[in-house]
Amino acid sequence: MQKILRESGHLVRLALVLAAGFLIFMAVRAAIVPKSFGQYGHYRGAVLEEIRAKPISFAGRATCEVCHDEVAKTKSEGKHAGLGCEACHGPSAAHTEDPTTNHAFKPNPATLCVRCHEADRARPKTFPQVTSKDHANGMSCGDCHKPHSPKI
Amino acid sequence: MPGVDGFMYPNEVELQWSILIVLYPYLTGLVAGAFILASLARVFNVKEVQPTYRIALLTALAFLLVAPLPLQLHLGHPERSIEMYLTPHKTSAMAMFGFVYLWYLLIVLLMEIWLDYRKDIVILSRTKTGFMRLVYRILTLGSQNISEESRRVDDRVGLIVTIIGIPSAFLLHGYVGFIFGSVKANPWWSTPLMPVVFLFSAMVSGIATVLLVYQVVNKLRGQPVHMFCLDAIAKYLFYVFVIDFSLEMLDLVHRIYESDESFRSLDFMVHTKLYFSQIILQIMLGTLVPLVLLGANQVMKFGESTRRKMYTVAGILTMIGIFAMRWNVVIGGQLFSKSFLGYTTYKVEFATREGLLPAIALLLLPLGILWVLLKLLPPGEEEQTA
Repeated sequence: MQKILRESGHLVRLALVLAAGFLIFMAVRAAIVPKSFGQYGHYRGAVLEEIRAKPISFAGRATCEVCHDEVAKTKSEGKHAGLGCEACHGPSAAHTEDPTTNHAFKPNPATLCVRCHEADRARPKTFPQVTSKDHANGMSCGDCHKPHSPKI
Repeated sequence: MPGVDGFMYPNEVELQWSILIVLYPYLTGLVAGAFILASLARVFNVKEVQPTYRIALLTALAFLLVAPLPLQLHLGHPERSIEMYLTPHKTSAMAMFGFVYLWYLLIVLLMEIWLDYRKDIVILSRTKTGFMRLVYRILTLGSQNISEESRRVDDRVGLIVTIIGIPSAFLLHGYVGFIFGSVKANPWWSTPLMPVVFLFSAMVSGIATVLLVYQVVNKLRGQPVHMFCLDAIAKYLFYVFVIDFSLEMLDLVHRIYESDESFRSLDFMVHTKLYFSQIILQIMLGTLVPLVLLGANQVMKFGESTRRKMYTVAGILTMIGIFAMRWNVVIGGQLFSKSFLGYTTYKVEFATREGLLPAIALLLLPLGILWVLLKLLPPGEEEQTA
């Protein structure tokens, strides 16, 4: 047995090399993997705080409706009742904080409406779709349809 | 839309997995196959294939070192691949493959090669001079002990490593098949037979590689190419090929008989877009012709030179056929729509990151690495003492 052990010195060396490699790997891992990794899932836990600290871009429908209650009423009675204000007007948190300096984005119906309503085979058949070239004949959608309640 | 027939969902129009992803299972398969041939010599003591033992191990190592490169080139940011080890994702089959790869490289292949070559390394560290002496001295890990007893210990441990290596080789390539076979959204891939088919095709391609590499390497080194050895490799290639072909046919017959909702779409594809690569290249040239060539040698006696030519042609065609099989799985699986009503086209680019040129370079790179390995660790005299 002692003889076998003596003749296995090179294997001990190999084991030591592998063990050293493993220890170096564990040390590198401990040094570079962020401490909060895996706190909540397979990601860096601290990232949640970092995201929370970022400035808010969207105000939310309820904030818009504080001032624009008439638009909200019109919209709630029409086909677009389910759409959020900022889906078309863009992120408006800055506008709600200082409405006089920061104006809300006013989209152009000629380009905005077709994003959802241009005819596309992939859309459900029941969804209102038009081939804008034939349907509008060069007019803007907004000339006939009011975006907050589009039914004529 | 150009290149699109019928109805495709928007995310299916462009193929995401390119020729590089075809290369990946191809290269991994060669590794597993070459190792299994080496284990025939070691574990099952098949004396006839003994001359190929070291060449098979070095071939497996050369291809294994290149195997992850197509993936890294495809994904971009190769420096991020280390994340797979730093923050292991236990529920991702692809992420866990990193550990299968590492296990196979470090514990199986490198260890087996080191144990087998230790005596040669020690002798080379004494006879070489300059920089190469230093390289060999490092490789000895500081132990100059090459006594009979220590070699017996090496042999014993090497055998254990090989025995562990066989299921590891099965795991390595079965895993590649598993990754495709577990994509349940894709009827072309989603079959439990996929890992088994991949495994056997890996053995076929690996054995064919060693059959060719053994001849070329020994010609270049001025060493004899033993006919008894070629005969034995060709015999094993034939047996494994028969099993592989039967499994593929079983899969095909099962699909035809089952005829589920995807069948018409897949059947159409095999008769049109995949006709050349599947019917002509994979089944006819890549499978039936080599099977006939190898099978004829099992029942008839040919002259030595004829046999050599038959084996070489069979080996080359097998390699092409298995490449076509990988192509048909990877590319074929992305050509049809999940709606089963449309088909897209894959046009291979040339000198781009995922083009034909890097693919050819990646196929040649293992041969370059093998050349370096053969210089560093010459298979030597032992192979002639079969």
